[in-house]
Amino acid sequence: MSEHVHTPQCSKLLGSLSDYIDGDLQAEICAELEAHISGCDNCRIVVNTMRKTVELYEQTSNEPVELPQAVRERLLLKLDLDALRKKGQ
Amino acid sequence: MTENANLISLDSLKAGDREAFTQLVDATSGPIYRVAMQILGDEQDAEDVLQETYIKAFRALPAFEGRSSVTTWLHRIAVNEALMLVRKRRPQTISIDDNSPFNGDLESESMDIVDFCCMPEGELLNKESRDFLDQAVQDLPANLRVVFVMRDLEGMSIQETSEALGLSENNIKTRLLRARLRLRAELSAYFGGKLQEVEQR
Repeated sequence: MSEHVHTPQCSKLLGSLSDYIDGDLQAEICAELEAHISGCDNCRIVVNTMRKTVELYEQTSNEPVELPQAVRERLLLKLDLDALRKKGQ
Repeated sequence: MTENANLISLDSLKAGDREAFTQLVDATSGPIYRVAMQILGDEQDAEDVLQETYIKAFRALPAFEGRSSVTTWLHRIAVNEALMLVRKRRPQTISIDDNSPFNGDLESESMDIVDFCCMPEGELLNKESRDFLDQAVQDLPANLRVVFVMRDLEGMSIQETSEALGLSENNIKTRLLRARLRLRAELSAYFGGKLQEVEQR
């Protein structure tokens, strides 16, 4: 693990990073950024790991998740659906 | 719990069919509760939002126009309910003036350089890592967390997020960038530790 020493250009790049990984960056700045990344290993890693970070979160957010049983019971009770649910089981 | 919400008959839902509505609740309530927890970080508050979401949805269904999927519609209701609670409990969370443009203030942020992209998926998304990912979101300052959850976890656009929060798009982008940079740094430190463990074995 190493600490990244910023050059002024790296700092400028950081400000565009989010737009870049969302594909929202203006073509001109995008080209500038890509030229910088091709010669700066640390910045390339920062870009790639930020993209990976967002991907990991997207992936987990799309996975099914169950409601805790007690929370579900109170919800159905509140919605007056519990009688129906029991009848249907 | 595996029923796909978007396969439930919209006509039945709009007609107030309670069996169909129960199916909808079972198919969607897990993720709805999760997003409320992510925004609010409090189980009781999240449960209040969950209940209020379905009460409002049940009332509003007859007028639902189907411009988005039912699932998306429910998520928007839940996000709005959660934001109302945030405004009530911690009004400064949203209105705090952090409009300052991004100007390299992240010099102070830790810039760990660990290339964890190539770690096996099993390592990146095992139970322990998932718990860490969840905790890292909870540890974000509330003003950044709200934006990150809406944009990156709920998949709302910058424009939608900006309208829902009543903040400029630039403000949203700045908060999103700060949130993502922090999470990236947290994950780098965490996975960096894991990589070191592997090397030492």
